[in-house]
Amino acid sequence: MTAEITTDSPVLEVRGLSKHFGPVEALSGVDLSVRGGEVLALLGDNGAGKTTLTRCISGLYRATAGTILVDGKEVQIATPQDARDCGIETVHQGLALVGKLDVAANLFLHREMFHPNPLLRALGWLDKRAMADEATRILERLKVRVPPSGVPIERLSGGQRQAVAIGRAVGWGKHIVILDEPTAALGVEQSRHVNELILTLRSQGVAVLLISHNMQHVIETCDRAVVLRHGRKVGDVRIPDVTARDLVDLITGAVRAAA
Amino acid sequence: MVSSNDAGRAGVAMPGTVPAKALVLLSRYREVSIAVVAIVLVVYFQLGSDGGFLTAQFQSVVLRDTGRLGLIAVAEVLLMITGEIDLSLSGTFSLAPYIMVLMSIAWGVPLAIGAVVGIALGVLVGLVNGLLTVTLRIPALLVTLGTMGIITGLARVLTNLESVPITSDPYTFVFGSGDIGPVSVLFVWTLAALVIGHLALNNTAYGRRVLATGGEVQAARAAGISTMRVTVGVFVVTGMAAALAGMLYAGRLHGARYTLGETDVLTVIAAVVIGGTSLFGGKGSVLGAVVGSWLLGVLNNGLILMGFSVSDQMIARGVILILAVAISLRETRQ
Repeated sequence: MTAEITTDSPVLEVRGLSKHFGPVEALSGVDLSVRGGEVLALLGDNGAGKTTLTRCISGLYRATAGTILVDGKEVQIATPQDARDCGIETVHQGLALVGKLDVAANLFLHREMFHPNPLLRALGWLDKRAMADEATRILERLKVRVPPSGVPIERLSGGQRQAVAIGRAVGWGKHIVILDEPTAALGVEQSRHVNELILTLRSQGVAVLLISHNMQHVIETCDRAVVLRHGRKVGDVRIPDVTARDLVDLITGAVRAAA
Repeated sequence: MVSSNDAGRAGVAMPGTVPAKALVLLSRYREVSIAVVAIVLVVYFQLGSDGGFLTAQFQSVVLRDTGRLGLIAVAEVLLMITGEIDLSLSGTFSLAPYIMVLMSIAWGVPLAIGAVVGIALGVLVGLVNGLLTVTLRIPALLVTLGTMGIITGLARVLTNLESVPITSDPYTFVFGSGDIGPVSVLFVWTLAALVIGHLALNNTAYGRRVLATGGEVQAARAAGISTMRVTVGVFVVTGMAAALAGMLYAGRLHGARYTLGETDVLTVIAAVVIGGTSLFGGKGSVLGAVVGSWLLGVLNNGLILMGFSVSDQMIARGVILILAVAISLRETRQ
């Protein structure tokens, strides 16, 4: 990959994370770390524990054991809001956008900017112009070309919507972003835009944890890959050192690499 | 583009531009197209009644009905945007003024305090409807069908099927009966509700929460919106609006009657849907609902003037509701 602009110490670190559902060990003793400006792929077959791991980090599940560190400090993440407060934002597969609202309204959903007049502010009066301006800035920063206001988001393409969902995640200085299969439902051209967006985030120092089943996309966008199988980490490799074939072998268990 | 003072040349160069533009305008602004339909109806009724329709006296009746329907419709828009519906509003509409007047007659309670109790009844009905809908996950259509039966029954028991008069003049003035110039006070209340409802929906964080809850409930929750609270809240607003509208209308009629608002549920829902509010939530127009109320106010009274019976009106309303729903569904599928 291209030049290193990563931070020295990891911004997100997971140590010995385990999650049991009754007798089922969905995740056992997984370690991983992501630095700022680094894109880490989280790979594994269905049921390998990718979703469980990201849900523990984003506060949807409570880990049975293990610790999560943000910027080197241990944090307790019990709810999605806790995760957000720590600076971790997750873009779920479902996109979490409101189709009938425009881009600016979606970017600012439930964190609206209010009118400077204190009386209007007390009434919850929106500062639509400020939000449209800020939306334009966020979209420009991410090099996403969509109309910020006036067009319901359901009229945009899947790739544009995905870009808005990602923009919503990183628009507020969140420096850790979990992307759950952002290109799964997209065509070739739109996937390319989303991959470019991921590289833009990377160049801006955001730590990205990317779940993907598309090895080509992983090779194109990621710096490192952590591979899970049956809830255990079976690989932690630098992308430049491996081929797509190697990754698939790791996922399926055909080859055992040093963890 | 051709500048406006070149209108003559533009007319030659681009024939049909004006009607084409008008059509675009009509399709973009639902409110305008309903108003056009209403105006066509006004002309039809005016001609059909030998000039009896556009008289001050008759128009005050039309505005009175528009006001009554529009006031409830404003709240029902918010409710239908969240994807819910309230059929019990006609019950609240008739019970609230009755309680108010009854308290005044039986215990000498001032009408103003009775009015507060009436509003409280609306809040209570809204809370019950809302909490049953979100906690038991019963469709609001069925919940409010049930509460409609309960409230209407209560109103019939309490009133003993008799009407009671309101004699306080200051009260009846403020509450709907007075006129400011040619405009009924009831209609002024509705205009106030229209402005507040429109601004709340389009310019406040509250409106965004309502739109998001109805548009994509998962997304709203993921954003941290308490969607259950939003839903219960709009039920309460609808209950309050129905109670207020009932008391205003009773003021207008100088009395409370258990039959008040009996046929209004269908009309209000028709007005809301005609006004461009989606049956599936997420989208709606407060202005459209009030213009829709005017359309139905014109239609109802025009039909009476032309000598059609109440039964004919019911049939007309039913046909219009189905038409409105059909148009709304077609728009959704496009």
